[in-house]
Amino acid sequence: MPQVTADRLRLLRTTVCDLMGLYASRQGVLLPSLSAAEEIFGFVSPEAIEEVSSVTGVPTAEIRGVATFYAMYKTKPMGRHIIQLCTNVSCMIEGAYDLVAYLEEKYGLTPGGTTSDGRFSLIIMECIGACGTAPAMILDTDSYDNLTKDRLDTVLENYK
Amino acid sequence: MFEKIILKNIDDPHTASITGYMAVGGYKALEQAVGELTPRDIIDEIKSSGLRGRGGAGFPTGMKWQFASLDPKFPKYLVCNADEGEPGTFKDRPILEHNPHLLIEGMIISAYALQSTRGYIYLRGEYPHAKKVLERAIEEALAKGYLGNDILSKHFRFNITVHSGAGAYICGEETALLDSLEGRRGQPRLKPPFPVNSGLWGKPTIVNNVETFANIPYIVSHGAKAYSSIGVKDCPGPKLFSVSGRVNKPGVYELPMGISLREIIYNHCGGIKDGGALKGVIPGGISTPIIAPENIDCPMDYVHLPKYGSMLGSGAVIVFDDSVCIVKVYERAMKFFEHESCGKCTPCREGTAWMRAILERIERGDASERDLETLHDVAENVAGKTFCPLGDGAAGVLLAAMKIFREEFEYHIKNKRCKAQ
Ligand code: SF4
Ligand code: FES
Repeated sequence: MPQVTADRLRLLRTTVCDLMGLYASRQGVLLPSLSAAEEIFGFVSPEAIEEVSSVTGVPTAEIRGVATFYAMYKTKPMGRHIIQLCTNVSCMIEGAYDLVAYLEEKYGLTPGGTTSDGRFSLIIMECIGACGTAPAMILDTDSYDNLTKDRLDTVLENYK
Repeated sequence: MFEKIILKNIDDPHTASITGYMAVGGYKALEQAVGELTPRDIIDEIKSSGLRGRGGAGFPTGMKWQFASLDPKFPKYLVCNADEGEPGTFKDRPILEHNPHLLIEGMIISAYALQSTRGYIYLRGEYPHAKKVLERAIEEALAKGYLGNDILSKHFRFNITVHSGAGAYICGEETALLDSLEGRRGQPRLKPPFPVNSGLWGKPTIVNNVETFANIPYIVSHGAKAYSSIGVKDCPGPKLFSVSGRVNKPGVYELPMGISLREIIYNHCGGIKDGGALKGVIPGGISTPIIAPENIDCPMDYVHLPKYGSMLGSGAVIVFDDSVCIVKVYERAMKFFEHESCGKCTPCREGTAWMRAILERIERGDASERDLETLHDVAENVAGKTFCPLGDGAAGVLLAAMKIFREEFEYHIKNKRCKAQ
């Protein structure tokens, strides 16, 4: 996970300033700023929230409220790779819960948790728009579908 | 034979780029619109085409545009709702990932008609690939002079920003989407005022779905008449259906509005998987009430489905065969609604959690007869009493399922297990 350094904070600051031109209010930049913070620090860190607050003038409590409202922002440090597995209805009837059980059994990975070696974190998703090729997941920013236990193993091999 | 409009070139890998898109006639409709038509002409054409919004509510698009255009306030904002978060829905994804210029051209024509200078595509966070594709397409359109400060040298200015959501289903609701665009927690706003008069930053704002915009170039280039000859009276045009669940060929299909569920399942999707028997169909995403097998001849459109106790929603068809446990489906669905409730109003926030807890008990085999009554009671007290359609939908779909599959719920309680497995 990237350290909080002055350089990285400055990068966040310039990114937020650049975004400012695209929205009619300072608060409008919050969502893309939180995404930028996540990209720079691996999660929405308290320091990042302070920085976004000082540029936009939006109180930190309000920013925290926004960050925690949305399911996809990570507000705590995560593993190196993030598995976002869908278990909603279309994926469920094609066996998504078997995959959840398999991830726990073979990798010791539980929903919301991280493997002890810090390699993977697992997030259960509420539909990722791949229902026709269920079950499906997003791994970091790559999409995988028609998953089976075997295919899951093969895919995970590529993320060290 | 039905000729596709939206997915016509979807398998051609070149249409994702502007040169490929232009090679198949792309941006001709925009040139025609800006060169020959007044904004008023376009709004009239869209009105007489009968196009209804494809996001779920089915409101007449031309009328919406007219409301916004008559409002004297400026600037006017144009927002594309690309947040399809309804489980079962993936119909907009092919457009976003493979034919982004069709959406962008539709948006530019709409902006011209509404005299809007600023557009946003609110894209669901779960589509990182689509974000890259759209951003590239916007760059290309800028370079060709279709976007920017002097479009086609006609002193017409319009720019688009892609704005990523972050996994909140409620942001598909247009006023919650606007709150989210303004950098706040996405919670629905009280209506009226409607976004057409007071939307983004209090200004007139048009929010349309991806698929709605994708219809615009065709209507402009071929005319309202050609368009309304497709589909059914009151619901003209083609519709994208995303089909998932227990069918042989799931996927996204473009078919005329008003086609029956039977035709979709058996003629287009190759029938039920593994020779199973059809048990039920959700016609428009999990917030639309389930339909029993005997009703699958109903026409799929905004007008007929309500007569069968359901809704077209986003056109996300989920098919269940007899291997599927309905109690489990609704337990999972309720977990979703509970998770996605924005928390603003009590009946939804507390009701979805309560219904989920009872469904979980039934599913686990720990429930008593009384639980079923309580469940019914809670659902009835949530339905119709929530601030926005989310809570109402959650209760409504459960009530429909409990009515059609009553026996299955009872079996579950009595035998502490599922009938299907
Ligand atoms: S019904 Fe649910 S989602 Fe809608 S406003 Fe109320 S709490 Fe929020
Ligand atoms: S239900 Fe799993 S991707 Fe849609």
